[in-house]
Amino acid sequence: MTVLAAAPPERRVARWLTRHETLLAAVLIVALAILGAYNDRFLTLDNLLNQGRLMAEVGLIAMPMTFVIITGGIDLSVGSVVGLCAIALGYSWKNLGVPLPGAIVIALALGALAGFVNGLFITRVKVPPLIMTIASLALYRGFAEGVSQGRSVRGYPEWFYFMGQGDWFGAPTQLWLLGVAIVIAGVALDRTTFGRSLYAIGSNETAARFSGLPVDRIKLAVYTLSGLMAGISAWVLVSRVTTTRSDMGIGYELDVIAAVVLGGTSIFGGSGTIWGTVIGLVMIQLLKDGLALTGVKGDATIIVIGTVLIASTLLASSLQKRREFGG
Amino acid sequence: MSAVAIGSSVASRASWLRRLSSQEVLLALAIVILAIVVGAINPRFLLARNLSDIFLGNAYVAVAAIGMSMVIISGNIDISVGALIGVLATISGTMAVAGYPIALSWFVPIVVGVAVMALQGAVVAYLRIPAIVVTLGMLSILKGGLISVTGGRWISDLPDSFHLSNIELFGILPMPVLIMIGATILAAIWMRNFAPGRAIYATGGNSEAARLCGISPRATIVMVFALHGFFTGIAAILFATELRVIQSTVPPNLELTIITAAVVGGVSILGGVGTVVGSTFAAILIAEIASALVFVSISPYWIRAVQGGLILLTVVADILRRRRRVAGDSR
Repeated sequence: MTVLAAAPPERRVARWLTRHETLLAAVLIVALAILGAYNDRFLTLDNLLNQGRLMAEVGLIAMPMTFVIITGGIDLSVGSVVGLCAIALGYSWKNLGVPLPGAIVIALALGALAGFVNGLFITRVKVPPLIMTIASLALYRGFAEGVSQGRSVRGYPEWFYFMGQGDWFGAPTQLWLLGVAIVIAGVALDRTTFGRSLYAIGSNETAARFSGLPVDRIKLAVYTLSGLMAGISAWVLVSRVTTTRSDMGIGYELDVIAAVVLGGTSIFGGSGTIWGTVIGLVMIQLLKDGLALTGVKGDATIIVIGTVLIASTLLASSLQKRREFGG
Repeated sequence: MSAVAIGSSVASRASWLRRLSSQEVLLALAIVILAIVVGAINPRFLLARNLSDIFLGNAYVAVAAIGMSMVIISGNIDISVGALIGVLATISGTMAVAGYPIALSWFVPIVVGVAVMALQGAVVAYLRIPAIVVTLGMLSILKGGLISVTGGRWISDLPDSFHLSNIELFGILPMPVLIMIGATILAAIWMRNFAPGRAIYATGGNSEAARLCGISPRATIVMVFALHGFFTGIAAILFATELRVIQSTVPPNLELTIITAAVVGGVSILGGVGTVVGSTFAAILIAEIASALVFVSISPYWIRAVQGGLILLTVVADILRRRRRVAGDSR
């Protein structure tokens, strides 16, 4: 990233053209054209906006996940946090009698708390992020199942569905939310000390520590953010599907991590952009949609996402063979 | 770090007390104490029928946890194991129903298991992709593949001779339990006393040091994954032959249960430490807890929270223990 600024202008163009994000955008345009040519329902505004609606839940989590992966960590618990927050929302409203706006706040706070707990164990006890979030994947899903006892909550008031099903200025409400999240995340990552610190931590944590960066506090913030966004995602999801179940969000970690890694964020940490993640997100959503329109069933699309995840990591690592074995 | 770890696991002057506080002994005690406590609350828990259900129904978890332990000790992770068990069980059942010799329908899944896992190991070791990415991708490929191919149908009408649990040694020890015990003992001896087994610890403890000692960390990782595939294959057969039908979905988050067994069994998530005896005990303990919840009238919906709590507890204890040991050494 920093090399870019130092290079002479003509080199800059060449580098920009061979950057992961640029290549990905080119692939995306080609894929759009092909899918559009095959199916005339695909490239319609209605379909694209609808896909945007479906993309929001994963997209919201993908923003902080980009941060997490840039710091060299990972958060596998996001899907379970979605389930936990969905249950918290439905349960506190229906069973505890909390007014719905209050229930939403509780769900978001619980999401942030869930992420905070992850961050606390990762930074204070030094539990590796992978293991911590595998443990909390089980723990949070277990709380969701235990509290709800497998029962679902439905019958929300009409206004609640605005977030998940409504439109605002011609576009799905949650797409605006996602747009705001993308802008904030992009600016934060690129233009703030906080954002730049993430790269420093991911490239060399020890060096970052010695440079006086508050590494632990930044990591704690990043994991808390991840939980909070999973909470917001749960809110959007519950509002869209009009019901609350404890199995909500299962497998989200796959979609989110696939989008981030496909978008060029190195799984080893230290590099990545929000811009890339957005393209990764769009590609995965359009891939799903395109496959569905050409008659491929939902279950088969996860095969494609798995393949895309492995293939894009392979591609990225062969493009930058620099990391030590086992890293 | 690894010198400390290996040193402590081999140390001959391990005191009586230390041996008593080892993970394996603690787990064995936990299994017995839990049985006594739950038995006191509800005597039906101790009926032979229930105890045998616990063992028969979970032998496959213990066997899969053996391979998982090796993978984690080598410093990697595998989250595709649950999906692979589902695929292999379906292959096995389909072959048995289609009239292939029973022995063949037991053998082919093991071969496929070894092949799939060795492939993943090779990608991890030689293409340097983290195991979490490779196995997460493989998880979705296998899961999606299984549902698309089977369309969610169950396999029934399995031939009688297909069911391993019908075979009993001395009339009391059913085959799955025998396989669980045998596999655990053989794997434990092999890992403790044979060079390739020791190489797993060396690779997980310090890959660079292992390389300098003449061990190939890459070959070791491929070997570990291949072995893990072997145990996964056996686990899949135990799973397939356990019930009268084979569903095209395995218990959700099966990989989590298997990882929990390995981690709670004392396998350090930092690599380099752990035994398969511990993981088998842990698998039994987890199954016992799940069964006990029902007998003391706690909703089984809490089982996954218990699992997550157990992982967290063991991991934190492991890290604190190591930290204290390192502090003690530097004094």
